[in-house]
Order: sequence, then C-alpha cells, then structure tokens
Amino acid sequence: MMSHASAALSRRRLLALGGVSLALAHFPRPASAAAARDPRLIVVVLRGALDGLSAVAPIGDPDYVALRGALALSPIGDKPALPLDGFFALHPAMPVFARLYKEGRASVVHAVATSYRDRSHFDGQDVLESGYAGPGHTESGWLNRAVFALQAAEPARRRGLGVGAAPPLVMRGPAPTLGWAPQVLPPAGEDLAQRVLDLYTHSDPVLGAALRAGLDADRIAAAGGLTGDMAKARGGMDQPNGMRQAAMGAARLLATPDGPRVAALAFDGWDTHANENGLLATRLAGLDGALEEFEKGLGEAWKDTAVVAITEFGRTARINGTGGTDHGAASVAFLAGGAVKGARIIADWPGLKTSQLYQGRDLAPTHDLRAVLKGLLADQFGLPAQALAEKAFPDSAAVAQMSGLIAG
Amino acid sequence: MAVDPDPRGALIALNRFGLGAKPGDLAAAAADPRGFLLEELRRTGVARLDAASLALSNVALQALFADQQEKRMERERVMAVETTRVSMVGPAAAMAAPAAPPPGVDGKPKPQEPPVEQKLFRAEAMARFDKQASAQAGFVERLVAFWSNHFAVSVAKGQFVRVAAGPFEREAIRPHALGRFADMLAAVESHPAMLFYLDNQRSIGPGSAAGRFAGKGLNENLAREILELHTLGVGGGYSQADVTALARIITGWSFAEAESEAGEPGGFVFKANWHEPGAPTLLGKSYPQTGRDQGAAALADIARHPATATHLATKLARHFIADAPPKPIVEALAKTFRETDGDLAAVAETLIESDLAWSAPFSKIRTPDEFLVAAARATGALPNDPGQYLNMLNAMGMPLWQPPGPNGYPDRLDALASPEAMKLRLDVAWQIAQRSKDIGHPLSVLDTAAGLAASRETREAVSRAESRPQALAILLMSPEFQRR
Repeated sequence: MMSHASAALSRRRLLALGGVSLALAHFPRPASAAAARDPRLIVVVLRGALDGLSAVAPIGDPDYVALRGALALSPIGDKPALPLDGFFALHPAMPVFARLYKEGRASVVHAVATSYRDRSHFDGQDVLESGYAGPGHTESGWLNRAVFALQAAEPARRRGLGVGAAPPLVMRGPAPTLGWAPQVLPPAGEDLAQRVLDLYTHSDPVLGAALRAGLDADRIAAAGGLTGDMAKARGGMDQPNGMRQAAMGAARLLATPDGPRVAALAFDGWDTHANENGLLATRLAGLDGALEEFEKGLGEAWKDTAVVAITEFGRTARINGTGGTDHGAASVAFLAGGAVKGARIIADWPGLKTSQLYQGRDLAPTHDLRAVLKGLLADQFGLPAQALAEKAFPDSAAVAQMSGLIAG
Repeated sequence: MAVDPDPRGALIALNRFGLGAKPGDLAAAAADPRGFLLEELRRTGVARLDAASLALSNVALQALFADQQEKRMERERVMAVETTRVSMVGPAAAMAAPAAPPPGVDGKPKPQEPPVEQKLFRAEAMARFDKQASAQAGFVERLVAFWSNHFAVSVAKGQFVRVAAGPFEREAIRPHALGRFADMLAAVESHPAMLFYLDNQRSIGPGSAAGRFAGKGLNENLAREILELHTLGVGGGYSQADVTALARIITGWSFAEAESEAGEPGGFVFKANWHEPGAPTLLGKSYPQTGRDQGAAALADIARHPATATHLATKLARHFIADAPPKPIVEALAKTFRETDGDLAAVAETLIESDLAWSAPFSKIRTPDEFLVAAARATGALPNDPGQYLNMLNAMGMPLWQPPGPNGYPDRLDALASPEAMKLRLDVAWQIAQRSKDIGHPLSVLDTAAGLAASRETREAVSRAESRPQALAILLMSPEFQRR
C-alpha cells in the first residue's frame, strides 16, 4: 500500500521495491582513482541492533568470557570461532567473510556507533539512515543525498524506472533511484511471527493457536521438498535464503555496465533479546551468504566494490536472563569487497571492565560510524569534505572522515 | 479535549460496526458511540457511490460487447488471410511476397492496453476502496458490503460479470441498503449481473413460444437461490414445487444482447415469448399471468415473508455480533423488519440499539477486505493503484466480487481465522508495513486505531519491535486491530 507521499515520490522518479533500492546514475569519475575504476558501494542496514561482541568477539580480552557466559565464542570446540587476528575472532557462521578477510578484501570497524545514545530502534534507525546527528529526520537518507551531491557537482544523465514500495530511508531522497524486489514479496519473517505469537499467547489464544498451526504447516511444506525458486520466495528478509536472494538481485543490477552504482538493502531480525546463539547464527549466515552473492554476481565489478553492513546500535555487554542481550551502544561495522583495504580490525578498544563499559553496561563507542561512512564515500566517489559534512551528514564537520578504508 | 468517556464503546462503534478508526475518530466517537453511527446512517445519500469515472452497467456491458465484436472480426480477418495463403501453392506461392502483411492488419503490435473488462473492474475497485477508506465510521459501507455479499455474484463466471459486478453493487445494492428490502430484491433479481450469474437468461418457459419451438426448458438456478439464499433461507418452508413455480414465474427475465432490438444492449429486457404461460402457485398463492409483473408480484411477497425476516435478521446479527448471535438481537431485528415493511435503515438502527450489541465480546475478526481498509484508515496509506489492494485480497482468499459460490464469502470465525488464513494475514500485514512510509511513531498509529482500549501487552509488543515496519505489522495483527 502506498502512502500519500507516493505521488510526490513518483514525480521525482524515486522507485523502489521491497527491501532493496539502488541509485541509478552515471557518476563522475573520482579524481583520486584510476580512470578505469568504476566504483560501487553497497550499504546493508541490519535492523534490530547487531550484537557486535558476538559477531566479532574480542576473545583476547580477559573480561570477555566472564561477561558473555553462554554466548562467549571460543577458538576451540565443535563450532570454533574463526580467527581474524590474535585478539578478535569471527562468528563461525561467517566463513565467507573470514575468507575475504584473509584475502585482504574485508575488514571490521569495532566499538563503533552513530551519534545516537538512547535505545529506541525507531529513533536509532532514523539516525543511522538519515545521517543526521539526532532523531526526527525521516525525509531523506545520507546515501541518497551523497548521490545527489555527486550529480550536482557534475550533472549526469539520469535514468531510472520502476514502481514500488518503500526503499530503506538511507536511500530515499532527492536523487532518482531504481527499485527492484524479488518477484514474490518476501513473507513475514520468523521473528515477526514469534512476536505476534507471543502477543496472542497473552491476549488471544484462539488466534494464537490458528496462527501457530498455519506457520507449522508452512514450515512442513517448506521442508517437504519445495525447492528452487519456490523455496527462495518463502524466505523473509531475516532468513538466509531471503537475504541471499535480495543480494543476488542487487548484484545483478550493479554489475550492469550502465546500471546503478550504489545500493541499499535492509536485513531484519537482529534484535536478539532471547536465544541469541541460534538466532544470531541464522542472521549472520544470511549476511555471509549475501556477501557471497555480491561477490559472485558482481563478477568483474567486485574489484571496485565496497560493501558496508551497519546497525543502529549495539547490545548489552552482559547476557540477560533469557540467553540474549538487550539494547546497548557500540557494535561493529563490516566492510567487504574488492575495493576494501582488508585484513584489518579497526578498533580503539575500550575494554570490557565495568568501569570501561558505557553506563556500566554497553560496549563503549570509540569510533563514530559517520567517520567510516564519510571515508567510504570520499574514497569511492571522491565526494568532497564539504559535501560530506553538509549534505550527507549534516553538522558533522567535527567528525573527520576515516581515511584508508579503500585500497588505493 | 474532554476525558475519553467510553474507550470500549468507541472501539466497538468503529471496529464492530465500522471500518476502523482514522486519526481522531475514536475521540469523535467516544462521547456518544451510538450517536456517531446514527449520524452517518442518517446522512442523505450516504450509501451511494457515483463518480464520473464509473459507467452504468449497460454502458459498461456495451463497451464489453463492442470489444468482443472487434476481437471476433479480427480473428475472422486473420483466418481469411491464412486460408488465402494455404490455397496458394506452386508458382503462385513462390511469386507472392513472403512476409506481406495481411490486408487490413498492420504489422505493428498494438500498444499494450489493458483489456476493457480489466479497466472497468479496476476503476470500480478503486472507487469502492476510496469510499470505504474515507467513510466517517464505515458502518454504512459495512452494511453495503453485507448486502453485496448476501446477493453475491462472482466475476469468475466470466467477463460479463467482471464488467457488471461493480455497477451491480452501485445500482442494485447501494440505493436500497438504507431503503426497503423489497426494492433491493427487485433491483437485484432484475439486474443483468445476477441474471447472467445465475443463468436466468438461459431459462425458457417450456410452454412459451420459444420453448415449444426449440424444445428447451427451465433453468431453476436463480429461482432456487432466491428462495434458499436471498429470502426465505434453508428451512424457510418452501418445497421443490415452489422452486419450479418461481422459476416459471421469472422466465423471460433477461438482458438485451449486443445486437438486440428488444431493448438497450446490456439492460434488462422481458422476453415475452420465453415467458411461461399460466398462473403457478408459489408458497400457497396463485399468481395470475401478468407477464413481467408476475415475477415482480412474487418477489414482493417473498420479500415480506416472515421467514425472510428471520433469515436476514440471523445473518445480520451473525455478521456484526457473533457466529451464534444472541436470540434477543435476532428477534428484535426480525420484528423491526416485519413492522417497518423491511425498512433496512430501521433494521440497522435496531442493530445498534440493543445493549447486547455493545456488551458482547469481540468474538469475530475482520474480513480480509475490512482488514485492508482498516489498515489504510489507521495509517493514512491509501493505494494509488488498485493492483496492490486487489492482490492482497486475492492472497488472503477474498478476491473482490469473487466468492466461492452464490452463498458468498464465509462469515464465521473458523473460516476467517483458519491456520492458513492467519498465516496469510501475517504475510499481508508485513507487506503493508513494509510499504508504509512516514507513519510516524508506531505508538501514535496504535493510539489512532485503538486508543485507550489498547492492551498493555499490545502497547509493549509494538514499542519493543525492532523496526518501524515490524512495529506496524505487530499492530496490524494485534487483537485490538483484528478483532471486532
């Protein structure tokens, strides 16, 4: 269903479907790179607040195991964490990222956060995607405004077609964008289903029983040999096949010589308040699969591509009473792609002692995520500092762009 | 603003009887929930839907006839050309220009225009959705939908009904939804959409001029459904003989075909030479032979039959109150129906007069159609294209004007809240949520939709969601939003 704003949006030829949207434009060649370079940037928004301490675990920190208990990753055992450097290890659900890291095509920024320090998903995602320092800005996103600034610097021939629903906020705004989505819109994810079931348990057992039976039947049907495209279409954006499918489609379009150069996707289900071990493994496997699809689908263009996966905030350093974690502060950002200067963990490690935690409970932010994103935009597309500080990330002049993220 | 005096009353007015709250509706209804509904009910012409974009049924059907005629002629032209080519063999064929475009057909592909029946159908769907989404309480639109489903036609019957279903609702249902049931019955059973859907245009009196000549006979389909579904109801005291008698009485009730000289194409005609002569006895009463008026007289009596009053009262109470409706409500509705000569506005007032109607638990859930409209009203997200709305209705098993049979869409909880239905509803809630931009804080949407009647559990589930779309989807699936 379209909003009232849709007429205005279609006038601007802003088009998108489902969880993926892509800016379609010819970019000016960045002054800083070789003329043959044709850079791509893919932004993956992880909605729900990724637990950075479980995704990229500081196994070398003396306080880590005591703090994380049953969630602590270990370099030994039946599901050993994947070593990155001596201090950090990667969640075992991400072998593709581990390989890319080894090949020098992936890196991690740790203890990173936006400027938002409260703990509402809605406001946190608005800050993450709008690029503003505080909540309350939902009309456009930093990625779109960056694209728009590039086009303003060197008017480009604009193309773009399609009709669709809401792109992630990060991609909405004045620059024309193209939309794409899997033909069958992804169904509701497991996390949403569980939340609705929980609500019914308390307040409407009749609807709850019916919904539970319907979901069970669906699961049995999916397990009973529905394969190929049929099965793919059943994966929500919090499931590995849904994430893979979205990435595959985005990569195909980004690989087109005159296709889009910037894409934004949103993956759901990172709000791991309970049973985090199983849930997070599924989500991270999905993200890892998406990276594999990007690499495969982009082909030649992969060498000029940077993918960045970001989240609205992190989670509590301690585990809670239900095998999960609650809303926190700093988390990680994943960088991957042929253009990335990899095999590095970029961290100013704050430590995990209670006195070192933010408000005594969360991993403390020591890097501003905007610095990372500014660095990517500058190195990939040559966006000047002024545009970064005024257009993409308003009022961020004091946040210096992080240099050297892209292999030069 | 004054303190909300009756949050549950407002929720009942808007959910049980209406189509859900738009911003501010709950507050507007809270002071006097019953008065809120009565105010809408008494507004002049409130049930009508006329728009310049919509065609009368005869005009719409003429457009369909013309389109079918054009396609037929084109097929014939192509076949003529093929025949010519096949007959050219030997030297004549060798000399003929190989890929010459056939005469009268240019080689260019036609621009992809949607078929006429689809264009008309979509315009009707959009106008209906807009009317539902913008209605004050939606009580009148609920009544319209109820009667439309009571007198169900299905577009699955073919292009004819696809074109005529929208006009049927606007011409036969809406003008009488707050008028007399007898008038609605007369309008429905003489409408081309119903005549075609239940085959009365094929029913020929065996003793009529046409019947004797062609050796064809009755089709009882419409007559049976009039008695079984539209009026008396199963167990309403009629026999097979009554079905046959009514079928004889309404022979000749038909519509004018494309080339007809009997009447305006696409409009009702009475084919006198198809009409069965004689004075059959229906429900113990003999109807003298008066041609077309014989059927009108019979319908007028059936409409006022006590069994009809009880049948309709039960269905109305089941739709609005509970699958097993409280007897006092059914009796009150039937009494009003009998005492007012089937005044449906009076019946609707009786429905909301009873205290039982306001104290009964929320034991039903919204139909898929009501669900989509309520979502649009709560979020302000209206489709600018009917495609999404129609697709979601299809996905939830309630395709517009396409019920499984002449008994309409199911109206009981076990069908509406079946496991598969609930799973599909969850998927649709998620799709709506993903497509809704700029809804503001999800809790403000919850305030719009349920206000103070929202439970603590729902409020918490919405505020703890991991994203705005997820929060909205939970809200749309919450008991406060689903139940009515």
